[in-house]
Amino acid sequence: MEAGQTRDLTYNTRRFGGRFRADPWPMAAGIVGLIVATPILVVIFSLTSPTIDIWTHLWQTQLTELIWNTLRLMAGVGMGVFMVGTGLAWLVTMYRFPGRATFEWLLILPLAIPTYVIGFVFRAIFDYTGPVQGWWRTMFGAGVWFPEIASYSGVTLVMTLVLYPYVYLLARTAFLEQSAGTLEAARALGASKLKVFWRVALPLARPSIAAGTSLALMEALADFGTVAIYGYHSFTVAIYRVWFGMFNRHAATELASLLMLFTFVLYLLERTVRGRARFYQTEGNVRPSAPKTLRGWKAWVSSGVLSLVVGVAFVLPVVQLIVWTLGAADYDRRYPDFLVNTLLLGVITAIIVVGAAVVVAYGLRLSRSRTSAAFARLASMGYALPGSVIAVGVLAPLAFLDQTIDDLLQKTLGISSGLLLTGSVAGLVFAYLVRFLAVGYQTVEASLIKITPTMDMAARSLGTSTTGVLRRIHLPLIRPGLSAAAILVFVDVMKEMPATLLLRPFGYDTLAVRVWQLTSESFWDAAALPALTIVAAGILPVVVLVKNRAVIPG
Amino acid sequence: MMGFSRSCQRVAGLIVAGLFLGTQAVSATAEEVVVYSARIEALIKPMFDAFTQKTGVKVKYFTASEKELFERLKAEGSRTPADLLMTVDAGNLWIAEQAELLRGLNSTVIEKNIPAHLRAKGNSWVGLSVRARPIMYSTERVKPSEPSTYEALSDPKWRGRLCFRTSRQVYTQSLVATMIKTLGEKRTEEIARGWMANQPRVIDSDTRVLEAIAAGQCDVGLTNTYYLARLKAKNPAFPVAVFWPNQADRGVHVNISGAGVTRYAKNRQSAIHLIEFLSSSEAQNLFADVNYEYPANPSVKPHPLIAAWGTFKADQVDVAAAGELQVAAVKLLDRVGYR
Repeated sequence: MEAGQTRDLTYNTRRFGGRFRADPWPMAAGIVGLIVATPILVVIFSLTSPTIDIWTHLWQTQLTELIWNTLRLMAGVGMGVFMVGTGLAWLVTMYRFPGRATFEWLLILPLAIPTYVIGFVFRAIFDYTGPVQGWWRTMFGAGVWFPEIASYSGVTLVMTLVLYPYVYLLARTAFLEQSAGTLEAARALGASKLKVFWRVALPLARPSIAAGTSLALMEALADFGTVAIYGYHSFTVAIYRVWFGMFNRHAATELASLLMLFTFVLYLLERTVRGRARFYQTEGNVRPSAPKTLRGWKAWVSSGVLSLVVGVAFVLPVVQLIVWTLGAADYDRRYPDFLVNTLLLGVITAIIVVGAAVVVAYGLRLSRSRTSAAFARLASMGYALPGSVIAVGVLAPLAFLDQTIDDLLQKTLGISSGLLLTGSVAGLVFAYLVRFLAVGYQTVEASLIKITPTMDMAARSLGTSTTGVLRRIHLPLIRPGLSAAAILVFVDVMKEMPATLLLRPFGYDTLAVRVWQLTSESFWDAAALPALTIVAAGILPVVVLVKNRAVIPG
Repeated sequence: MMGFSRSCQRVAGLIVAGLFLGTQAVSATAEEVVVYSARIEALIKPMFDAFTQKTGVKVKYFTASEKELFERLKAEGSRTPADLLMTVDAGNLWIAEQAELLRGLNSTVIEKNIPAHLRAKGNSWVGLSVRARPIMYSTERVKPSEPSTYEALSDPKWRGRLCFRTSRQVYTQSLVATMIKTLGEKRTEEIARGWMANQPRVIDSDTRVLEAIAAGQCDVGLTNTYYLARLKAKNPAFPVAVFWPNQADRGVHVNISGAGVTRYAKNRQSAIHLIEFLSSSEAQNLFADVNYEYPANPSVKPHPLIAAWGTFKADQVDVAAAGELQVAAVKLLDRVGYR
């Protein structure tokens, strides 16, 4: 594999797309995109009849504050995850130091902790009433200064700690894929180590880093748990406030579509960062660069920094959860059921989302039509929307379908089907698909884009159908990317709370639902056991993903 | 890639099987009542178990937060399996009533057990427990003579000493809504501006407000009493005490938790029986014991732990005002910068 910046291999869009226009894949991509985009369109169309008085009120009281708060949160978290994620990825792929192999997968574990859990855990540890500040006051006196955790910096820090693994995961893969040859050539041409990083390695990894950062930022935009706990007045908080404080779901939906504008900005940024460059792997095998061994203080500083990150972002919260669990656990005989329900939803959704992502990504690869691309973009915006907003967007079409089916059956056969989709696993999984398609799509596309189109052309000219090309060339090549996508979606589904709460079937509780039940009444210590179980169940696939070098996105 | 389509088929089969796993009919039979509850399982199950034991009628319940329950009820329309809606806060119950999710009922039992000001007209919802939201103060840094009224918390002497719950929380909104009802919007806004001038620390949980007072981060706050009771039950020396404000005028702000029979209940009679049972002294004692709330049924004594805080004069303003004026309250809080 030669990761080269080969602009001349860029698709000749019109010719390539035009030749296979009659193909089923672009059509399938359009249909999947449209279905997934429906609930999002429901949200956007709310803007056509704006609730004027609420907008006036928001404008007068807080709209600029909301936009400013959201923008600077994006800027802070974006910088944070980029620096932490990329820096750590570079460190573990390019250098050898004590504990490197372990850190390589440890660094990814914070991904398994839901943001709403890390929110209340950190608050418990670092807040005024927590042990850290308590110790601080006994050391330095009652009036001593301590950084305010319920602040912009606090929220940014917490989000960076939870979300950097997206960037780390994708950047690490990108660095691993860069052949030693490219980097050595740069060195041989006289570039310093720093220059190789800035001028060669980083630009080559750009698509992956951009994808990781935008996933992290979309999650930050959609997050409610953390901002609510830290009293940070962001868009999601305002959406809930309008929705439930002012009983105006319509206005809340309008605010949500404004929130989507931010993802559009994000998309433009990502596009700009990525540029028009395309990066293809031109060989099947790559000789990865041999890590350089660090010695002396450099080695220890490296291990120290990584220990600090893993310690704060993962070990500390987990230890706190364990302490709570041992102290006042909410032992319940139904936990095995909750776990099975959670895992089942995760597995089903992971398969469906990855399937849909492949259809959309491959369809777009073949056609590059602007309409399909727009739908795909729209369909992956769900990741930036708060789960409740999506759930309501899903609920409307589901209820409509249920009514139509029921009416039809009653008229023709005289039987009632009741509610087939509302409150079914199918309905819930559809909501997850809307919410998490972006995760699957971004990861699959990042892999697919590296396969040079000359392969498609060669295979097609030998008479293989587009389906055959996908099956026999692309899927085997991007298998690592597929597993990565599946695992990311699986973990995300296990952590998801608001949509699950609204759409789950009767009597079908999951671990996240249990966490909600207990935290909503401030029983944080009792919520530790289900939270810990979510983390434990998320760790396993994540470790498999990283431990197995073959199973790497890209 | 041999067997590709076969494995595809197998996976697809598994998925389809999984998708309809949950789709079991939940419409209850005559011996069942289906409850949508915004109160969590731990706070309702003991009462439901007692009901089932007594009558043989099973209670199935589905818990989520109010906004989720309301959206789901609306979407399910006449096909909803829910017979009963349980939630906290009169404001929430009022919304459910306005959205025509509930249908009134006649029951002499309920009318005998629950005072009229804790029920909706026509009993579309019925209060089942009462929660008071007094001033909480540090026993270490505040003398019991210092606090007086909600209004007086805007006095500059409390600058930097207040801990409030976020204004997103319905408890805050209801308090302000009832103040608007009694004092008028202008006066309430002045008071709220005064609170803000004192730079209160805004915290997203009543429990945390109390812990902040105990730890010395602030001296005075507003929370519901049962949160303090829970902390006191764990640690009797917890250094926070209750002050009953506004005893010389309108009284302490109180709110309710309650329930209503849904508009499309399939088991209307059983649902009414369940509310009747929940209003009875047997269930009311459970309410008092499980969550340290004040019973809505006046014949039942509160838990000794909270009875020790003494009796108080409660604000008799119609609790439904919390619902009617909630939007005005949120807008007011926005204007004064209370987030």
